[in-house]
Amino acid sequence: MHMKTIVKYVLLDLIKNKTVAVYTIVLFILSFSVLGMSGNISKGILSLLNVTLLFVPLINLLFSTIYFFNSSEFIELLLAQPVKRKTMLLANYTGVATALTAAYVIGIGVPVMMLAFNPASLMLLLSGVFLTLVFSAIGLLIFVIFSDKTKGIGAAIVTALFFTLIFDGLLLAFIYSFSDYPIDKPVIGFISLNPIDLGRILVLLKLDVAVMMGYSGALFKKFLGSFIGIAYACTCLLIWVALPLIASVRIFRRKNL
Amino acid sequence: MIKIENLTKRYGKFYALNDISAAFYKGQTVSLLGPNGSGKTTLIKSILGLVIAESGVIKVNGHDVKKDWAYKADIGYMPQIGRYPENMTIRQVIRMLKEMRKDVNSYDEELIERFSLRAIEHKTMKSLSGGTRQKVSACLAFLFRPNLLIMDEPTAGLDPVASEILKNKIALERDNGKLILITSHVISDLDEITSHVMYLQDGALVFYKTAEELRASTGEERLNKVIAAIMQNGYAYENHR
Amino acid sequence: MKVQRLRSTQILLLTILFLFPATGFGKLFKVSSGSISIQSAINVAHDGDTLFITAGKYLQHDIVVNKRITILGEPNAIIDAVSKYQGFLIQHDSVFIQGIQVSNTGRTAVTDMAGIKVINAKGVRIFNCKLINNSFGIYLQNSTACTVSNNLVQSTIANEINGGNGIHAWKSGNLLINNNVVSGHRDGIYFEFVTDSKILSNRSEHNLRYGLHFMFSNNDAYSKNVFQDNGAGVAVMYSNHVLMTDNIFTHNWGEAAYGLLLKDITDSKILHNRFIKNTVAIYMEGTTRVDVKRNLIEDNGWALRVQASCSGSNFNENNFLGNSFDVATNGTLMLNYFDRNFWDKYDGYDLNKDNIGDVPYYPVSMYSVVTEKIPPAMILYHSVFTNVLDEVEKVLPTLTPDKLKDDHPAMRKIAL
Repeated sequence: MHMKTIVKYVLLDLIKNKTVAVYTIVLFILSFSVLGMSGNISKGILSLLNVTLLFVPLINLLFSTIYFFNSSEFIELLLAQPVKRKTMLLANYTGVATALTAAYVIGIGVPVMMLAFNPASLMLLLSGVFLTLVFSAIGLLIFVIFSDKTKGIGAAIVTALFFTLIFDGLLLAFIYSFSDYPIDKPVIGFISLNPIDLGRILVLLKLDVAVMMGYSGALFKKFLGSFIGIAYACTCLLIWVALPLIASVRIFRRKNL
Repeated sequence: MIKIENLTKRYGKFYALNDISAAFYKGQTVSLLGPNGSGKTTLIKSILGLVIAESGVIKVNGHDVKKDWAYKADIGYMPQIGRYPENMTIRQVIRMLKEMRKDVNSYDEELIERFSLRAIEHKTMKSLSGGTRQKVSACLAFLFRPNLLIMDEPTAGLDPVASEILKNKIALERDNGKLILITSHVISDLDEITSHVMYLQDGALVFYKTAEELRASTGEERLNKVIAAIMQNGYAYENHR
Repeated sequence: MKVQRLRSTQILLLTILFLFPATGFGKLFKVSSGSISIQSAINVAHDGDTLFITAGKYLQHDIVVNKRITILGEPNAIIDAVSKYQGFLIQHDSVFIQGIQVSNTGRTAVTDMAGIKVINAKGVRIFNCKLINNSFGIYLQNSTACTVSNNLVQSTIANEINGGNGIHAWKSGNLLINNNVVSGHRDGIYFEFVTDSKILSNRSEHNLRYGLHFMFSNNDAYSKNVFQDNGAGVAVMYSNHVLMTDNIFTHNWGEAAYGLLLKDITDSKILHNRFIKNTVAIYMEGTTRVDVKRNLIEDNGWALRVQASCSGSNFNENNFLGNSFDVATNGTLMLNYFDRNFWDKYDGYDLNKDNIGDVPYYPVSMYSVVTEKIPPAMILYHSVFTNVLDEVEKVLPTLTPDKLKDDHPAMRKIAL
């Protein structure tokens, strides 16, 4: 009952949020122009994948972190009401995640469904939604860990940077150092530790460029391209949503507001 | 109504509250006084369960605040800084709270009327001035007719007229037999409605006395002068006595 | 009915007599499914005679043609080798075979079983035949000056082991293979030790391995062919003086597929071809002096994979469009030359407006160097990290071979 009410009002607030509106509109215009310009659907999806991988984690993480911090006084006020902390926190997350997911689905999903409906674009949508859910959950985690907004934003930027850039750099260093050994399996293991990589590979394997991955490592395509691989990647992404949420609830239980 | 026993709250090495024990009862209007950082806000947040203390027990109407959250139904809270989701309107904020409190169906909307919030209830929170937001916070504190009011620096951002209205409301509710806890770093205009004064410094309880006792012991008629005298002399005054 | 058939036959015969007076005025034998066997007819025929095979199914096989005769098939004259034997075995010069269908040869590992096999013969012509579901379709062994035209060679083999090639030539010379359509074999067209021959305007598609497979065959040319959807594209190996012009290499898309694979090729030319949507458009290993000029290379995974073992090759005036990687190489030294190509990824400028970029283009991206060295790095394909890596490398080249560059990149697509 409380959950529903809070989600509803968070959404009512976010519907009028300028950042969310700008984010949606930019994605929407970008999708239309990319899909309209490239002529080749597969290339258009690839460009939108690049957009998704670069912007979705950063924007969702930063936005959710800032939004949670900005709501901290209101959360405090609401917690002075007879409400469970867990309910309060998860309701706030649900509201934010729903709004950001809607932004992505409208911004990328609608143009893609209109201009380039195929398995790859569906997968792009799925990946984008997953990344939205994951990174707003990480935003929540940052909010409950840090008491200071500035530090929280700093942590959000570092985290986004880590997953978009640094992680893959480290992975490349790992692959490079152990290139004499059969490392396909460990590499798949490592990939599971980065939601952005998981999302990227899910989409790539639905595009014709997938053969380029199979070209160098048969296992990548064979495993990740199979139904089991897709199920595996999706499960990993689900865990990536759940883990920050569980950790947030646990930490928030003891948090001083 | 509220019983605090050996409450201690630490942030690292810093003691925000150091072994505080006290009890507050119906009909009291307690002013929590002390300089900035003395632990006033930490104390009321502990009562509200927002801050979780390391040791000690707080019981509100007999319920341990660490074990239960339902006791909050009887508390009205007005925070020091009222920040709300910026695109929500006043009406939405009030409705949201009402929807969360389905257990209550009779509302005290006197302050809403007296602050004339009805006329501006369609405005979003971000368009409001700090004072108006404080008014909203005050209204919400009284809305569900709680028997316990906790107000953190309630008059800080309010204009003199609004301040007067709020003070009258507080006095009225005290007369209705409610317990009211007010923090302030200056007592100034809470003078006439205060029945008890609790003074904190560096997380420690310096004294907790009735207004009459204080007036009598210092010879000053006006409480703010009493407190000013205490603050100037600090512990010296207490120890000296 | 019968009269009409004869009449059309006569017209056909007249035409042939008119076109090929050398055939002479031999006798005409008509063979129908109820009459004597084709082999018996051949046995009684003499050089210059013509066998006319009427429509129908002939469960006959290993028909030895050891005389200079013409064999004409009525439409739907089908020789069925019942999945055990071969069709025709042509062992005499100047045999002309036209319009026959041969189906269902046997498939064994011991002998190469073919629908039409030419052995040690000269000037054999195979026109308008259909070779359906055979191990090998047309098989030329130690033969010269033969022509294979307008045939349809079709099979549907499941794996490389039990399948033969569509048109197979071994130790032959001066062949002309033109206007054939070959599909579903191991290799569409196979040349081994074949010299001075031409492969023109054929269509080779959906073959399990290569659309065209070329081994130890010098001084040959292939033009205007279409190689499409073959398992591994086209392979030209251990040969020299091969001329490849105006072909289309397309949709050879798979984990180990090439538009064109060159291995140990010298002094050859690749001109005016179109390479579209192949995993690798051109793969070169151990090539020397190969000119790659005026080709369109579009939408491939890799446009060129040039191994360090290649030298003295020139890449000029090609259009590189929409390829994931333009050039990949496994070495740091480059002994091949790129000049005056159009690269769609080029972002230089042209201040003097001569349509030639003023700064060189480096077609090897950092990431392509990395994946060449450590293939598993392909897992990072299209990640933000590798995109950033490529951008950094563009500004500060460190890993990519600095000699591998196009000093005169075209600013506009070259009109081909």
